[in-house]
Amino acid sequence: MKRIVAAFILFCGLVAPAFAQEAPDALVKTVTLEVVDLITKDKEIKSGNRAKLIQVIEAKVLPHFNFTAMTALAMGQNWAKANPEQKKLLTEHFKTLLVRTYASALAAYSEQKFDFRPLRAKPNDTDVTVNVRVIQPGAQPVTIDYSMEKTANGWKVYDVMVGGVSLVANYRTEFGNTVRNSGIDGLIKDLQTKNKSLEKGAKK
Amino acid sequence: MRGRVIRLALLLLLGALGGCAGTGEERDPRDPYEGFNRGVYRFNDEFDSWVATPVAKVYKKVLHQEIRSRVGNFFANVQDLFIGVNNLLQGKPADAVNDWARFAFNSTFGLLGIHDVASEWGLEKHNEDFGQTFGRWGAPSGPYLVLPFLGSSTVRDGVGTGFDYYFAPLGEVRPIELRNTLYGLYLVNTRADLLDASRILEEAALDRYVFQRDAFLQRRRSLIYDGNAPREKLE
Repeated sequence: MKRIVAAFILFCGLVAPAFAQEAPDALVKTVTLEVVDLITKDKEIKSGNRAKLIQVIEAKVLPHFNFTAMTALAMGQNWAKANPEQKKLLTEHFKTLLVRTYASALAAYSEQKFDFRPLRAKPNDTDVTVNVRVIQPGAQPVTIDYSMEKTANGWKVYDVMVGGVSLVANYRTEFGNTVRNSGIDGLIKDLQTKNKSLEKGAKK
Repeated sequence: MRGRVIRLALLLLLGALGGCAGTGEERDPRDPYEGFNRGVYRFNDEFDSWVATPVAKVYKKVLHQEIRSRVGNFFANVQDLFIGVNNLLQGKPADAVNDWARFAFNSTFGLLGIHDVASEWGLEKHNEDFGQTFGRWGAPSGPYLVLPFLGSSTVRDGVGTGFDYYFAPLGEVRPIELRNTLYGLYLVNTRADLLDASRILEEAALDRYVFQRDAFLQRRRSLIYDGNAPREKLE
């Protein structure tokens, strides 16, 4: 048993740094370019196959997001009042909603040019913001800022700001209102209903 | 004819407002007139789904993306003049010079602005208006307001929008028919540009009114700081 544990620790020691070492700005760039490349080449996705686009996002993008942290931030003080089961459900449904929104945004704007800004952070920082700009002719570039935190499994995104609008902060009031009116279970139900109606709309 | 349209619009507006007097909801301190605002929002929404969106969709279908983007560039170029003025008023003369250089290059080499050559030459487009200038000067935003047809605003930004329109070079265009045609084209082109964004908003939000309001307030705050707003701590 001891040997297994030792082997496991050794394994983690060897493998984990390989993930953790990729700098956050390099990570954002690699993943963005990979995904944009995938979806601009895929005929099915280009012709509007939303399910396939979501599959790509789930495989390539999701591993770099910390959805529990995002949900906790969006819930604010109400997070502490939720039990583990509710937390699990909230995270799951919020994730589904965000992925769907992300897919729509990607489908609409993937043709644009990206400008990856150099990271302004100290080497030992564990919480950084990675700035990307979407260049569009005749308009001010749209900024996308990824707030990222260093974890044992590499850098994870816990908020995305588009044009200065934090996605997580934007759900705060909505979540707060719903919890006040119909409780945490009410919010879970609302998220579920929302996701179901979006799914139905996509199938049409 | 025009008088009748305006009267009808006002009637619709009043009808929408009547349907929303006194909600029992707890008030957001940033939005003390939520009941009223939601009424105007509903009116705008109706107008948008019955008039603006269908027109924009047809426009988008008829005109190729390339042409629509030229139209957008034309209006964006005219706006650079006062974007420069606002940058100057905000104490950023270098940015103001950048904006006026953009206007000079795009109006000439860019053929009246339909080509954004300045961006290709490294002169970046800015986003400024009088509302942002007042914010820079320290004016608080005041309560959130939803304006008929124009949508999200605040007391400060509403006054700013008034200044924007008053000084807009387009307003000087004569004959009046040409000016009105340009205004119409501007509105339709802008709405067509936003079709994707509004669909995404609709998908993302549980309560569109709240989602749009919060996004607007965050966005304005970010714009006033030119994208470098001090981060609000999320716990």
